[in-house]
Amino acid sequence: MSVDTAAVADRERFPTGEALVDIRDLRVDFGTAARPLPAVEGVDLSIGAGEIVGLVGESGSGKSVTALALMGLVDEPARVAAQRMQFAGRDLIRMTADARRSLAGRDMAMIFQDPHASLDPCYTVGFQLDEAIRLHGNADERASAAARRQRATALLREVDIREPAMRLRAYPHQLSGGMAQRVMIAIALAGRPRLLIADEPTTALDVTVQAQVLALLLRLRDELGMAILLITHDLAVVAETADRVVVLYAGQVMETGTVPAIFDAPRHPYTRALLDALPEYERGQTRLRTIPGVVPGAHDRPAGCLLAPRCAFAVERCNEVRPALTALRARVSVRCHYPLVVE
Amino acid sequence: MLRFVLRRLALIVPTFFGVTLLAFALIHLIPGDPVENISGERGMDPARRARLLHQFGLDEPLPVQYARYIGHVLRGDLGQSLTTHDSVAREFATLFPATVELAFFALLFALVVGLPAGVLAAVKRNTVADYAVMGVSLTGYSMPIFWWALLLILFFSVQLGITPVSGRIAVQFDVPSVTGFMLIDTLLAGDLDAFRSALSHLVLPTIALGTIPLAVVSRMTRSAMLEVLREDFVRAARAKGLPRWRVIVVHALRNALIPVVTVVGLQIGLLLSGAILTETIFSWPGVGNWLIHGVQSRDYPVVQGGILLIAGIVIAVNLVVDMLYGVVNPRIRHA
Repeated sequence: MSVDTAAVADRERFPTGEALVDIRDLRVDFGTAARPLPAVEGVDLSIGAGEIVGLVGESGSGKSVTALALMGLVDEPARVAAQRMQFAGRDLIRMTADARRSLAGRDMAMIFQDPHASLDPCYTVGFQLDEAIRLHGNADERASAAARRQRATALLREVDIREPAMRLRAYPHQLSGGMAQRVMIAIALAGRPRLLIADEPTTALDVTVQAQVLALLLRLRDELGMAILLITHDLAVVAETADRVVVLYAGQVMETGTVPAIFDAPRHPYTRALLDALPEYERGQTRLRTIPGVVPGAHDRPAGCLLAPRCAFAVERCNEVRPALTALRARVSVRCHYPLVVE
Repeated sequence: MLRFVLRRLALIVPTFFGVTLLAFALIHLIPGDPVENISGERGMDPARRARLLHQFGLDEPLPVQYARYIGHVLRGDLGQSLTTHDSVAREFATLFPATVELAFFALLFALVVGLPAGVLAAVKRNTVADYAVMGVSLTGYSMPIFWWALLLILFFSVQLGITPVSGRIAVQFDVPSVTGFMLIDTLLAGDLDAFRSALSHLVLPTIALGTIPLAVVSRMTRSAMLEVLREDFVRAARAKGLPRWRVIVVHALRNALIPVVTVVGLQIGLLLSGAILTETIFSWPGVGNWLIHGVQSRDYPVVQGGILLIAGIVIAVNLVVDMLYGVVNPRIRHA
C-alpha cells in the first residue's frame, strides 16, 4: 500500500533524535472481516519528544480514532493493526492489555473535546484528581493521602486555577467550561506524561477561554517538555501552537510538513481548500470559500484518490489510481498525483 | 429541598382522602357484611341481626358512616377489629415487623443479585451472559407470584425437602418478641437453632417476593449501565489508566445507580402489595395475611385501617427515596 519514504526521512531529520511516537501504516477497521469499514487507512505519524503536532481534518477524517488507537482505547469489535506502533521505543502492538493500560494516564495522557462530559458528575474534582495521583504518583503520594492532596493542589495551581483548595471540593457542574478543561489537564499531568493527546481541547470553549487554554498547553510543553498531539479541525489553532501538521482526510494522511511550510505553500488541493476556508487566511474576501460535498463514508470509498469527487483539480487518473504519500522536499510530503505548484 | 419536601407533604392531604374513600367504597362493594359473617351458614334471627348492625353503626347511610370514620381517623383512632375487638393500630403494629422483615430480605435479594446481573449483562452486551440474564429476568417478571411460590414450595419443600413449607419459625421454638423481627429476636434470645429455623423459613418467601423486583432491578441496571458506558467520562476514566473494574464499578455503576434508585423506590409499594399474596401462600404472619383475613370476614375497620397505614408507609418511603435521589445525584443536591 502506501510507500512512505517521507515519514522515514522526516524522522531521520528530526533534531531531537528518536521519535517518541512512531506509527506506521495504522489501520482501524469497524465492521466485519468480510466487509471492512475502514476509519483509519494507513496513517503514518511520528511525534518527537517535546514536539507539538497538529492533527487536522474534518469530522469523520479519523483524527480521534487515530488518537484512541494510540491510547489503546479502541474497543472490540473494531480492529487496530499497524506495521509499527511504538511509544518511546516500546512496541505497543505486542504489548499486553495490562501493559498498555499502565502506559495510559502515566506516559501518555489524553484530554477531550467536552470537558464537562469528561468529568464524572458524581465525584468532586478532588476525588478525580486523587484517583489519578494514587495511580500514577510517586511512592510517597501513593502511600499518603496528605501528600496526594498537596500534589492535587499543586496540579491545580499549575494549570492556573485560583483557590485550588476550594476547587478540590467542587463538583464538575459547578465549574465553567474553561475551568473544567483545566481540571482535565491537571488530571492528565498527574502521571507526568511524555505525551499529551489533546482531542479538540478548545472546540467547546468560548473564544477567549480557547486562547487561554492553548497558551496553557504551550507553557506546559515548554516547562515540562512533554510532546502534544493536538487534534483539531481548526487550522488557526494549529498555526498558533503546532510545530508540525498532519492533514487527515477520510482516514488517510493527505499532507504533512512543518507549520510554516504548509501554511505558506500548501501542496495538496485539500490543504489549500482548508486554508481557503479560514477567515484569517485570505482577508478582503466577502464570502468564505467552502469545500463542496462531504467526506466519503466507510461504505462508499472511491477507488482512486479519496478526495477526487470533491477536488477542483481532479482528472481521470485521480479517479482510478490512489496516490501514495510521497516526499516532496525535506519534511513535507503529499498524497497527490498533481501537487499544487508553489506560487 | 425544603420546598420540595413541603410540596410533597401537601400532597398527603388529597392522597389521604383518596385512599380512605377508595378503601371504604371497595370494601362496601363486596357482597355481605360482618354480621352475616358472624352468623355463619344457619343464618341469624333478623331482630338480633338488626341490633348488631346498629351496634356496629352499619345501619346508617354510607356517607354518614364514611364521615364518622374520617372523624375518628383524624383523631388518631382507627377503630377496633370486629372479629377480635382489638385495636386495629395495635394489631397492625404487632404484625408489621414480619412484613418488613420479608420485604427487606426480598429487596436485599433483588439488589444483591440484580445489580451484579445487570452490570454483567451490560458489560457483556449481546453475549450468552447478557441473553441469559435478560431471559431469566423476563421470565421472573412475567411469573405470577402465587404460581411461582407454589412451584418453589413443590420443588424445594416437597421434592427436595430442604425448606419449610410455611410459617415464620418451627412450632417448637418459643421466642419472646422484643423487636418483632424474628431474626433479631432469636439472636437476642441467644437461640441459634431458632435463628436457623427462622432463616430457613425466610428463604422461599424472600425468593417468591423478590423475583419481580429482581427482574426490574437487573433490567434497569443493564439499560442504565449501557447508557452510562457510552459517556465521555467513562472513556476519560479509562484514559486515566484506571483498572477496568474501577471504571465499571466506581464510575459507570455509580452513575447508573441514579435511575436505579428511583425504580427501587417504586418497588417498595409493589413489595407491600406482593407481600399480601406471598404471606397468604406461606402463612406468613404479617399485615398482608391479616388484611386478607379482614377482607374474608368483612372486618371493615381492619381493611380500611390496614390499607390506610400501608398507603401512608408507601408515601413516606417514596418521600425518603426522593430525598435519597439528591444524595446519589450531586447535580440535584446543589441545584
